[in-house]
Amino acid sequence: MKVRDLTELAARNLREAILRNSLTTLGIAVGVASLVALLSLGVGLQQLVDRSVAHAGLFDTVSVRQRQGVPFGQPGGGGRLPRDASDLQPPRALDEATRREIAALPNVLEVNPEVRFTAEARREPNSQLVLVSGMAQSSQSSGTLDGLIGHFFTTADAEEAIVQGDLAKRLLPEGQAPASLVGQEIVLRFAQRQALPPPSQQSASDAPNQAVGPDEEAMGFSIVPSEKKFLVVGVTPASDSGGGQIGFNSGGLYLPLSVAEKLQVVQGSDLRDVARTSSGEGQRYSALNIRAASPAAVAQIETSVKQMGFAAFSLIDVTRNLRTFFAVFDLFLGIFGSLALAVASMGIVNTLVMAILERRREIGVLKALGAANRDVRQLFFAEAGVMGFAGGVFGVALGWAIGRVIQFGTAIYLKRQGLNSPNIWTVPWWLVLGAIVFAVLVSLASGIYPASRAARLDPVEALRYE
Amino acid sequence: MRVTLHSMNAPENPGSSNGLAIRADRVSRHYKMGEALIRAVDEISLNVRQGEFLALLGASGSGKSTLLNLIAGLDRPSSGAIFAQGHDLATMSSEELARHRNKTIGIVFQSFQLLPRMTLEENVELPLRLAEVPRGERPNRVREALERVGLGARVKHRPTELSGGEQQRAVIARALVNQPMILLADEPTGNLDSKTGEGIMNLIAEIHRPPSGPGRTIVMVTHERGLAERYADRIVTLSDGQLSREERLR
Repeated sequence: MKVRDLTELAARNLREAILRNSLTTLGIAVGVASLVALLSLGVGLQQLVDRSVAHAGLFDTVSVRQRQGVPFGQPGGGGRLPRDASDLQPPRALDEATRREIAALPNVLEVNPEVRFTAEARREPNSQLVLVSGMAQSSQSSGTLDGLIGHFFTTADAEEAIVQGDLAKRLLPEGQAPASLVGQEIVLRFAQRQALPPPSQQSASDAPNQAVGPDEEAMGFSIVPSEKKFLVVGVTPASDSGGGQIGFNSGGLYLPLSVAEKLQVVQGSDLRDVARTSSGEGQRYSALNIRAASPAAVAQIETSVKQMGFAAFSLIDVTRNLRTFFAVFDLFLGIFGSLALAVASMGIVNTLVMAILERRREIGVLKALGAANRDVRQLFFAEAGVMGFAGGVFGVALGWAIGRVIQFGTAIYLKRQGLNSPNIWTVPWWLVLGAIVFAVLVSLASGIYPASRAARLDPVEALRYE
Repeated sequence: MRVTLHSMNAPENPGSSNGLAIRADRVSRHYKMGEALIRAVDEISLNVRQGEFLALLGASGSGKSTLLNLIAGLDRPSSGAIFAQGHDLATMSSEELARHRNKTIGIVFQSFQLLPRMTLEENVELPLRLAEVPRGERPNRVREALERVGLGARVKHRPTELSGGEQQRAVIARALVNQPMILLADEPTGNLDSKTGEGIMNLIAEIHRPPSGPGRTIVMVTHERGLAERYADRIVTLSDGQLSREERLR
């Protein structure tokens, strides 16, 4: 029998027992809906995390730090086994030479020092301790400052600041919007590092100490409080409105990186270096942030940096685990969703077996008129397939509707908690097609037994059946 | 009611073997029922000529319906061979047997066996669907078949809306729509009153010997000797699964 005839006969047979077949189809639809709803939630959550991480430019960033601890094999190295050959070498200094060496690596767009320090931000009469972070000009396009009110630094050397919304609130009189800080000046008070001259000059000269430059040789440095005014050019959204930055350079206040470097603020690494060496060896960095040409190049850069004797870290490592987590999570969601479909498939078997009993005589007539076993089998398969297809389509629509309801409910709940409501719900096209195809396949598989049972019916017996 | 068949002729080339439409050679059909072996048909040999009207007569349980099922290819013999239009049914695959039932044989059942959920035209169209006749040809062939049995005005009716006689006419139309060479009728008047039954028998007689062109081979199972004597060319009586008597009437 031709496909069109089979489909027509199958649809006609299904219409004849409309209530039972509709209920069976509804069962499949509910199974597909639960599958779609759960998987869409998993996909939506994964995309939310991916979006957040990618948005902050974290996929293309490698953070480099000096390797900690005593080299393996030296006193104090402990019983830990060396992980690689570089473990056996003494830690290398993270200095300007290193920065240039790393910048020369393939696929490295830029290498910026990490400048982070604690300072007091003051706007009379309020003051607040804040984590200040130097921000490279390239960060403007990374999405780190999404929702910025105002604008980015006008130049790389501008004495301007971008303030996080929460800090702006605390600096402003109560009731004023954080955005009103844009265009106003604030004062930063911080611990500045000033070079000590060699002992011979130290006693002979009464001249005031100078800030230690990056390439200056010095026997040590003194720490003095220093203040500087900055014009606030931008305010990022407050954390309670979904703002708040994440990433390697997150902070409460941002300065242009070169400006932050020139402040010569005491870094944690300075004290460590003083303890380690008797004489200064030029500018050292606590950390360097590498921006890669693409996320695909991150792993290779990370390996190269490690081979150079530094500790390197990227969020690719974290997201790799995160992706594994979501793969397993989606698998579990899929299994749970499929359980409902498995139950529904039992409904198909039941419906078709009932149909065989009811239509026993009809099967006999069909065979008497010339239907081969194959025709009868295909007819029952077609009926199962039609139910599966209809259930799949309806189920996808139902799953989508359930998803919208969950999204809506989540949005209301998060709003009541004073939080933004991100999109946690995504129904990708592959899921729509996959769910329908899966429903049809499950239905066909469920039809195997009834179809072969119908095909095997003895026509003489079937015609005798009352 | 008497309906004249004007053009329900059999195809010109019957494709028979030695002028025989059906040949049964020591055919047996045995069933096992618990420990007992039921010999429903027991070594029957029978020839039916092309265009012959044969009546199989016998009491209930004599094996006549079983023999008819074997000729129809609905059942397979336990032993022996059956040839229909020169083809050995015993050696056919189930697919070939299905094709044989669709193209070579038309079957009329005692209890009509129309599908109640379909209209008359849908019922009659079924053999055409199974034969994969192009969709464009089907409506005309269905209408023609139903008009020939006097049901041209009832094409959209369901079987439950028809009388017994009309249902049997619809079954005859369905049996003939694929223009088979052999018509097998199993007690075609068994569920009808005598007057309606006579109308059906007249219809079958006209299928057997139409006013023009060659007729069809007809094998009819009945337990009514009167009907058999009136319409058949030959009567074969079965008893306990064996041929007990044979009478040539015409």
